[in-house]
Amino acid sequence: MAARKISSLLSSSATSLGRFSSWGRRINSFSTAAAAIDEPIHPSIQIDHTQLLINGQFIDAASGRTFPTIDPRTGDVIARVAEGDLEDINRAVAAARKAFDEGPWPKMTAYERSRIMLRFADLLEKHTGEVAKLETWDNGKPYEQAAKIEIPMVVRMFRYYAGWADKIHGFTVPADGQHHVQTLHEPYGVCGLIIPWNFPLLLYSWKVGPALACGNTVVLKTAEQTPLSAIYVSKLFHEAGLPPGVLNVVSGFGPTAGAALSSHMDVNKLSFTGSTATGKIVLALAAKSNLKPVTLELGGKSPFIVCKDADVDKAVELAHSALFFNQGQCCCAGSRTLVHESVYDEFVEKAKARALKRVVGDPFKTGIEQGPQIDNEQFKKILKYIRSGIESGATLESGGEQFGSKGYYIQPTVFSNVQDDMLIAKDEIFGPVQSISKFKDLEEVVQRANASSYGLAAGVFTQNIETANTLTRALRVGTVWINCYDIFDAAVPFGGFKMSGQGREKGIYGLSSYLQVKAVVTPLKNPAWL
Amino acid sequence: MAARRISSLLTRSLSVSSSSVSTSLFSSLGKNSGRNGIGKRFSTAAALEDLIVPPVQIAYTQNLIDGKFVDAASGKTFPTYDPRTGDVIANVAEGDAEDIDRAVAAARKAFDEGPWPKMTPYERSRIMLRFADLVEKHSEELAALETWNNGKPHEQSAKSELPMFIRLFHYYAGWADKIHGLTVPADGPHHVQTLHEPIGVAGQIIPWNFPLIMFAWKVGPALACGNTIVLKTAEQTPLTALYVAKLFHEAGLPPGVLNVVSGYGPTAGAALASHMDVDKVAFTGSTDTGKIVLELAAKSNLKPVTLELGGKSPFIICEDADVDKAVELAHFALFFNQGQCCCAGSRTFVHERVYDEFLEKAKARALRRVVGDPFRKGVEQGPQIDTEQFEKVLRYIRAGIESNATLECGGDRLGTKGYFVQPTVFSNVMDDMLIAKDEIFGPVQSILKFKDIDEVIRRANNTRYGLAAGVFTKSVETANTLTRALRAGTVWVNCFDVFDAAIPFGGYKMSGIGREKGIYSLHNYLQVKAVVTPLKNPAWL
Repeated sequence: MAARKISSLLSSSATSLGRFSSWGRRINSFSTAAAAIDEPIHPSIQIDHTQLLINGQFIDAASGRTFPTIDPRTGDVIARVAEGDLEDINRAVAAARKAFDEGPWPKMTAYERSRIMLRFADLLEKHTGEVAKLETWDNGKPYEQAAKIEIPMVVRMFRYYAGWADKIHGFTVPADGQHHVQTLHEPYGVCGLIIPWNFPLLLYSWKVGPALACGNTVVLKTAEQTPLSAIYVSKLFHEAGLPPGVLNVVSGFGPTAGAALSSHMDVNKLSFTGSTATGKIVLALAAKSNLKPVTLELGGKSPFIVCKDADVDKAVELAHSALFFNQGQCCCAGSRTLVHESVYDEFVEKAKARALKRVVGDPFKTGIEQGPQIDNEQFKKILKYIRSGIESGATLESGGEQFGSKGYYIQPTVFSNVQDDMLIAKDEIFGPVQSISKFKDLEEVVQRANASSYGLAAGVFTQNIETANTLTRALRVGTVWINCYDIFDAAVPFGGFKMSGQGREKGIYGLSSYLQVKAVVTPLKNPAWL
Repeated sequence: MAARRISSLLTRSLSVSSSSVSTSLFSSLGKNSGRNGIGKRFSTAAALEDLIVPPVQIAYTQNLIDGKFVDAASGKTFPTYDPRTGDVIANVAEGDAEDIDRAVAAARKAFDEGPWPKMTPYERSRIMLRFADLVEKHSEELAALETWNNGKPHEQSAKSELPMFIRLFHYYAGWADKIHGLTVPADGPHHVQTLHEPIGVAGQIIPWNFPLIMFAWKVGPALACGNTIVLKTAEQTPLTALYVAKLFHEAGLPPGVLNVVSGYGPTAGAALASHMDVDKVAFTGSTDTGKIVLELAAKSNLKPVTLELGGKSPFIICEDADVDKAVELAHFALFFNQGQCCCAGSRTFVHERVYDEFLEKAKARALRRVVGDPFRKGVEQGPQIDTEQFEKVLRYIRAGIESNATLECGGDRLGTKGYFVQPTVFSNVMDDMLIAKDEIFGPVQSILKFKDIDEVIRRANNTRYGLAAGVFTKSVETANTLTRALRAGTVWVNCFDVFDAAIPFGGYKMSGIGREKGIYSLHNYLQVKAVVTPLKNPAWL
């Protein structure tokens, strides 16, 4: 299967690298030589498109302004990109409105829509190499991860949602009297989609896929850190036959373009993935403007619970990947590693050893597990959290500093003896910083795991089915991974309890975010049955 | 069937009054009044001076928290009124932030420690069914209380709304043990399932126009799904919710599962909407207040919000419609419940070919409408809810006159006491007039003319609201076209206000977010949890 598990790729690359890494002192023991970072590999790809894509055409921003997008390996500018603002959002919404109200998108048969989506998936698959390069260049994630997991997963997602397009059923509804009742599941209209920088194309597929399958039109605002791949693939989408105006892509910043989209009076639906703080703003803007419904996929501080009967080696490896995957830049990162006291010492020793073996370096190099953080702001924030961890008395087991001297690389960092009231145990760090805490019994760990304003995901490691069942129900989170982590199949719903979000993406649940329900009632005369 | 159509009840009572015009105390005016003064033709001035004493005692006025009736923390009370007179019925404990805190703590405990979500769904359903039975037994007192506090016709309360309330709890009791998650196809060797779990503590804020029905729409699904509740009632109509909540406890509801706080929106309502320990909020009321509720949720703990808000629903009479039937239903669609319905058919669009005939008959029908003491038999329309709404409705009528719509009948208050308003019909209403744009929430029908289907679709959709629509046509093609084109959460074709338990209700655009009733309403009160485990050598994928 093309879209292999994230975890399986990570563990295979990790074990192979584990063989030849050395075991020096803390700071300098990370595998890749500084040399790899000093001479970044040049991605063999041209940046063809940097403009806004509105109504099927590439155009400059109304203001004529551009902003730089940065290579996180070096901090150098990759390209200057058209900077969308209010006026551009207005134009994009007008194009999407027209494509919705006058068609052809929602007036096409669902089968035709699905064919275009399938053709797009094929085109994207053909261009996997270029798209993966663009993704790694702009984001800093390992190229192998982009090329072998993420782009195939994007292709998978579009095929999945193409299959839904002609399977959106309403109900006929039992009546209390002589009426014929049916429900129509209709597209909302113009959807405003705001995606983050950590998985630019994956989240593109999570949002654009179901929105288009359901017959909506889209204005997509990408993250200012990673505008490039969305523009590229949206071009491919048009080549696949997408009519103009159905999918409009605006690069730009949150407080300008994002806010304009959120508060637009002619946008019928919003879906936002990003931080909880920004999610609250997006929802408030929707509330203050036209009450458009909002789907939110926000932050997390997900517990990874290693019970006393867990397979420790496996748990160490998965806890490692649960946190360090994608430079720790995952909303569902397993960022509170809660380990039963009976296996705690063994676990900490092995988790530290595993972190020290982690291969950090130029993400374009083969075998690299960890690239740079996304930008200077995130880089600084993570280092601040590491200092706060040290100051609050947690034990720094490994890492703790910048890696190399250029770009935004950070050493894989492990803290043990982390207490629940420390900042590093409460806040979403969004970086390669593992926090390990000890627990004594199940009731305690349930209470501590749930004592968070977040509720996105959890990992549970146990051989005992009773423990698994108890924790599965007791944890107030949207996903529980038992003896696995980061399984992101197209059909598995994803989303948060509490302040981790509202609504679900992916799977059958993801469709309801993009469908209105209309009840239709007519009287019946002498019905044969009720 | 117990829960008859609202429409059928109304039609029945209407046909009674029109067929016995000569003997009816109330409807004689429509027949023999001259056409000289708009103001004086409506039925019942006499009835208004001789009010019937409601056959019910006020037993409960305190807040119901953790299974006990308690005073407000502040000790404060507020008056609740009889809209027939403006007289005080009772003084009710005035809940505020402190009372909401206590209620949420009780609901939290009942959720976290049980027994409610830890009970079997079957046990929960049994309690809900016993409650429905108890309400049925007490229907008479409850209907009297509802009418006394709200002003709606007692026949409507007793014969339509109470049975519908019972129907809804029967319906949701049946859902309690039928909430299925899914098993999910995986892309690799994993076993995937979803659990549909209760969200936790649900904050529910209900309006005054259908106090008990709205109680059922919200409390029913929340409890069936295993949540616990803090319910904030409307300050205009606090009484029936306290009464039925007491019955719910008699039926075996454990303490803390359903807490009822009377009070005002800016105090108790805001405290609930912004509470950090409330996991879900559902609100029914005006669009402006709905926006505030959503903002408070966004600013506090991001609790998901279901909103059922205002409307300006079109009622479209096509050229091929049965005009007599359309007149009757359009009349009912607007005037039902004193025009105090979020889905009131408040823009009556009539095809130009039948416009004159329609207008004449609509006016005649309004003139026959029986207004009076809602406790009297045969009365179709009681008073508006309170002085604020009463003044607002009269203000809109003046705006209609000033903007040059033609006042066909009504236009003034009825009698001198209480909040009665004459059934009012405007013709020649233009889309840009205030009475064609704003939600009036009163007995004011606005009739507009249209020429073709494309035009009426555009005009019908040209509103910030999208709650419901009525379509009157004999053509299946016209019906199908309008059904899809109208941006509204409910389309009633050749009927209106059909509110079965299984039919979802809710709004497009600024009429709300989410759906209530039916299978759809369960989503409002369930979280989805995906559970994934690896498979070793699976027999199949």
